[in-house]
Amino acid sequence: MTAPALTTFRRTPLRHLAGVDRLAVAGGVLLGVVVLAALLAPWIAPYPDDGGSATHPLESLLPPSGAHWFGTDQVGRDVLSRVLFGARTSLLIAVAVLAISGVVGVGLGVVAGYAGGWARDVIMRVTDVFLAFPALLLSLALAVVLQPSVTTVIVAIAVTWWPWYARLTASVAASVATRGFVDSARCLGVPAPLIVLRHVLPNSLTPVLVQLSLDGGGVILTAAALSYLGLGAHEPTSEWGLMVQQGQSLFTTDWWVVTFPGLAILVTAFSFNVLGEGLRARLSR
Amino acid sequence: MPRYLIRRLGQAFLVVAGVIVLTFAIMRLVPGDPAVAYAGPKATAAELAAARQRFGLDDPLPVQLWNYVRDLLGGDWGTSLHTRQPVRDDLFQAFPASLELVGAALIIALVVGIPLGIAAARYKGRLPDLSVRLSSMLAVSVPVFWLALALQTVFASGLGWFPVAGEYDASLDRTSPLHLYTNITAVDALITGNWPILMSTLAHLVLPALVIAAYPAGVVAQMTRAALIEESSRDHARLERALGFGETAVLTRFALRPALNPVLSLIALVFAYSIVNGFLVEAVFNWPGLGRYAADSIRSLDTPAIAGVTLLVAVLYVVANLAVDLLQGVVDPRVRAR
Repeated sequence: MTAPALTTFRRTPLRHLAGVDRLAVAGGVLLGVVVLAALLAPWIAPYPDDGGSATHPLESLLPPSGAHWFGTDQVGRDVLSRVLFGARTSLLIAVAVLAISGVVGVGLGVVAGYAGGWARDVIMRVTDVFLAFPALLLSLALAVVLQPSVTTVIVAIAVTWWPWYARLTASVAASVATRGFVDSARCLGVPAPLIVLRHVLPNSLTPVLVQLSLDGGGVILTAAALSYLGLGAHEPTSEWGLMVQQGQSLFTTDWWVVTFPGLAILVTAFSFNVLGEGLRARLSR
Repeated sequence: MPRYLIRRLGQAFLVVAGVIVLTFAIMRLVPGDPAVAYAGPKATAAELAAARQRFGLDDPLPVQLWNYVRDLLGGDWGTSLHTRQPVRDDLFQAFPASLELVGAALIIALVVGIPLGIAAARYKGRLPDLSVRLSSMLAVSVPVFWLALALQTVFASGLGWFPVAGEYDASLDRTSPLHLYTNITAVDALITGNWPILMSTLAHLVLPALVIAAYPAGVVAQMTRAALIEESSRDHARLERALGFGETAVLTRFALRPALNPVLSLIALVFAYSIVNGFLVEAVFNWPGLGRYAADSIRSLDTPAIAGVTLLVAVLYVVANLAVDLLQGVVDPRVRAR
């Protein structure tokens, strides 16, 4: 008599939440904090003007204190404010790269997977060529020949990133295409583009979405590396990789100038990785 | 096997051809005029024309591509704008040092990553597992250039435990000169019994190799853990448990060997990635490898040199992948059927 009641009790929303991987929750919360910091930067930064080109030569290189929690940089800007504004740059790059390469990759991948044959062969051989370059190398070569800017970073990384999604989507779409409901749609005379859009695409997206959240960290690291090499964002934009590059000669004397932006990169990339890893564990169960 | 071999070689050939075309396309995207970069800002019109002639910049693009491929195959990889030497010679000079650094890093990654992966799989879902998973995720999330600066500041400049920069103490060139065979300093020092240089090189290797090892060590630990967990749920593991083997013995004596297969093929992937990560680390530690060469080339917008580095690393990656695939085809017949 009591058993059914117990089951209903367990199937409450709370129970559902408990089934979600704790890692995914931790990563999501951490990433949420970074996103909030980015969105609210102009309001929560103690010195909002320091996110841009303001300079205070008299306050240069002050160590961390109550007035400047993360200290100040060479031209007297508050490092905490710049780290907060840097979150905007990094997340903007990550979102733009993942959106562009996700759309291009999934688009080509779903066509390759559903059509098969020569279309699949051509698309896969093209991805082979792109995947032969480590992502940082190809985006580095591209960024060198374009003008250094945030847009350059986005374009350069997106160009190297899409093949992963094309391959992943193609393999999932190919297996979805053999399922019964796709066959029935075909038998009913639904045109191929509509089958792809309505039936194959929605059923092929989950692995790609997980991969996208896993890759956020990689994009953040690659973008920071490009800016560190002087190929990305430039003054007065707040960007973590750029901040490390500008402060690197001061590391021994004024450690805070380099330490905090580096930690910001680490925490953001880590939160993406933990979230993605948790989602993947959840998916494979 | 021959059919598999031919198909796989054909694929690799296609990819290399594509890589060359893509590198060429990137070089031709250059907004500035390569002739101006070569001849310098004060060049006369005649000098510019000569430079254009020299690089064949007046020819149609397909002709330029054809010439580019022909020169590459003939061993002419162009002339570096900043060293004014043939790019191929520069690369041959720089590559062994990178190989030494990345080789050391991958050895560290395997030595650290595999045992951590085993420990995580053995205590799945418990504290050791969680700490290995979290620390491996930290290891793949850390920006290498920042870690390099941090370790250099703390352990070299600060505590003085390790040398700050370079490949070995340059003054040793006078007291105990090194005979070069492989151009890999540590190896040459070892085979010629040059202990002072060997010791100095090893001391210089520690910090940069540790930094580069962070990413592959994290990946190897995660992969070992996943592969071991899958392997230890198979029928053979159940039999071994029924025969009375303990959990540790099941993992290390039986599951480890098949589980290492995907880990080793991962190393080929990670190798090229680590070379490029090394670019950022070599610049910090002034290591005389490809990375420092690439960083110098980037600073002077030296396109032929960057194209050369890009091409070399991409081709290396294709070759490493091919080697791993063929090796697996030999070891595991099922691979050939795919």
